Amino acid sequence: MTNPPYDVIIGLEVHVQLRTNTKLFCRCSTEFGNPPNTQTCPVCLGLPGALPVMNRKAYELSVKTALALNCNIPNFTKWDRKQYYYPDLPKGYQISQFDLPMSENGYLAISSPDGEFEDKNVGIIRAHLEEDAGKSMHDEAQGLADTRIDLNRTGTPLLEIVSEPDMRSAEEARAYLQELRLLLTYLDVSDCNMQEGSLRVDANVNLHVHTETDEKIATPIVEVKNMNSFRAVERALHYEVKRQYEIWQETGNRIGDVPKQTRGWDDNAQLTRAQREKEESSDYRYFPDPDLVPVTITNEQVEAFQQQIPELPAALREKLVDEFSLTPYTADVIVNQGPEVVAYFQSLAEHTGDAKQSGNWVQGEVLRVLKEEDWELSEFPISAEGLADLLKAIQQGELNNSRGKEVFSEMLSAGTSAADAMAALGIEKVDDSALEDLCREIVMANPKVISDVQSGNEKAVGALIGQAKQKNPNVNPGQVRQICLDIINAL
Amino acid sequence: MSLSKEDVQRVSLLARLKLSDDELTTMTEQLGQIVSYIDKLSELDTEGVKPMAHALDLTNALVDDEPHESLPREKALQNAPRSDDECFRVPAVLGE
Ligand SMILES: [Zn+2]
Repeated sequence: MTNPPYDVIIGLEVHVQLRTNTKLFCRCSTEFGNPPNTQTCPVCLGLPGALPVMNRKAYELSVKTALALNCNIPNFTKWDRKQYYYPDLPKGYQISQFDLPMSENGYLAISSPDGEFEDKNVGIIRAHLEEDAGKSMHDEAQGLADTRIDLNRTGTPLLEIVSEPDMRSAEEARAYLQELRLLLTYLDVSDCNMQEGSLRVDANVNLHVHTETDEKIATPIVEVKNMNSFRAVERALHYEVKRQYEIWQETGNRIGDVPKQTRGWDDNAQLTRAQREKEESSDYRYFPDPDLVPVTITNEQVEAFQQQIPELPAALREKLVDEFSLTPYTADVIVNQGPEVVAYFQSLAEHTGDAKQSGNWVQGEVLRVLKEEDWELSEFPISAEGLADLLKAIQQGELNNSRGKEVFSEMLSAGTSAADAMAALGIEKVDDSALEDLCREIVMANPKVISDVQSGNEKAVGALIGQAKQKNPNVNPGQVRQICLDIINAL
Repeated sequence: MSLSKEDVQRVSLLARLKLSDDELTTMTEQLGQIVSYIDKLSELDTEGVKPMAHALDLTNALVDDEPHESLPREKALQNAPRSDDECFRVPAVLGE
């Protein structure tokens, strides 16, 4: 397959609801799921004379997030009014940030463990703090062409994170979003729930088409909205790239030839559709909000926030590889599960003294159960210490790995310790001399195996392992094999 | 700088105001006077002057993230031209 004759250029705008108790400029609760219009006040209703006051927590969460995205935090920032004349924001403007955002010039590193693309840093142009709008619901049930407005969400703090157009494929865009969501989870600044709208993604896409004379021609930029999952983002981008190339071949339109278009992703039809433009909606006429005073921050304060930032995914992946000798793949799987699973693994590795075994068990058994049961780690009933007891018994040869998995299931279903579960399954450590006696008895009863092994076919000893397990299910197959070979070789 | 009728038409559209032709003429004249008055400011030499972000010499008015009681819903809805038991009702919004 030859490469397509164009580069794909993708930039993403992500809106993240910050985890605060109250709204950005008033003290109404931000709790999700309450009856409509029960979380409003004169400020968020935009009543005359009501004055906004900035939520300190929202600003602090923004600074932390921006620092984790390697952004510069200017010492001075202010808020502006962005004219927006829709009923879900009754003031008639959104309080946002225009020319002096609270952070700028960062990056987020993305990588692909299976080599879909090369590791890269995606630039972050800026992250700024603004207020959310309310919810519009179309009510066609009664044949009325009415829109119902719920203002509970109006004024909820949003961090808008704007990337550079640095992504070159839908896969890179998905990886960026996954890594961003993971980072926000580690920072604990948002619950990142796309269904509840606490994380929203818009994409800007166009192509750089290669000509025969080795020129690159930029096609018009399209903004894609209405993508309600990361999978939808990926599909919408794939669709859009194909569509734009076809349009290019048809029209030859370059960037600037036609106005920027907004298209909405239709997940049922699996395509994007041109959205009706809000009339003149792009004329935002920003100006500084006279109701809010600017916010300043010293370099020392920025440094103090930097200190509060926990270990982040990229650093943890490296740590699990360098200090715990996990494979990059296993480290990636564990880190992508979030900070609780990483802490569980670290505790397990400490207690067992065997990071590789611990990594395999977390990746294999623990994550399998979490997935099957749809549990959070906090719901997982076996503590790291409890599991460590089982893994240590395996290390000491009291049972093998597959018996270990049976004990693990017993610990889960009966809610018992490793020792109790082993006892319940009748697993006892076989005494060394008893094992030796057992092996000798079996060897002597199988002269054919003896002669096969003596003539160089060591595999023949396998038949003895089954017999030993029949006599005592607790024997360790590896040990039986070695002891039997030793006995035969000494004959 | 004076305003054209088209300028005022555009601004009124952005503000969702429907102006009659007479009103448009009056507004163009009145708004034009305001704008040209403000234009006086550009006579000042602002070379090297930092843009002002706020009229008050005050920064960092921040409050703690502690919820206060919101308005009862009946009160929140009471000034709305149209509402039902739960929501404000407005003419269908286009472009969503
Ligand atoms: Zn409020």
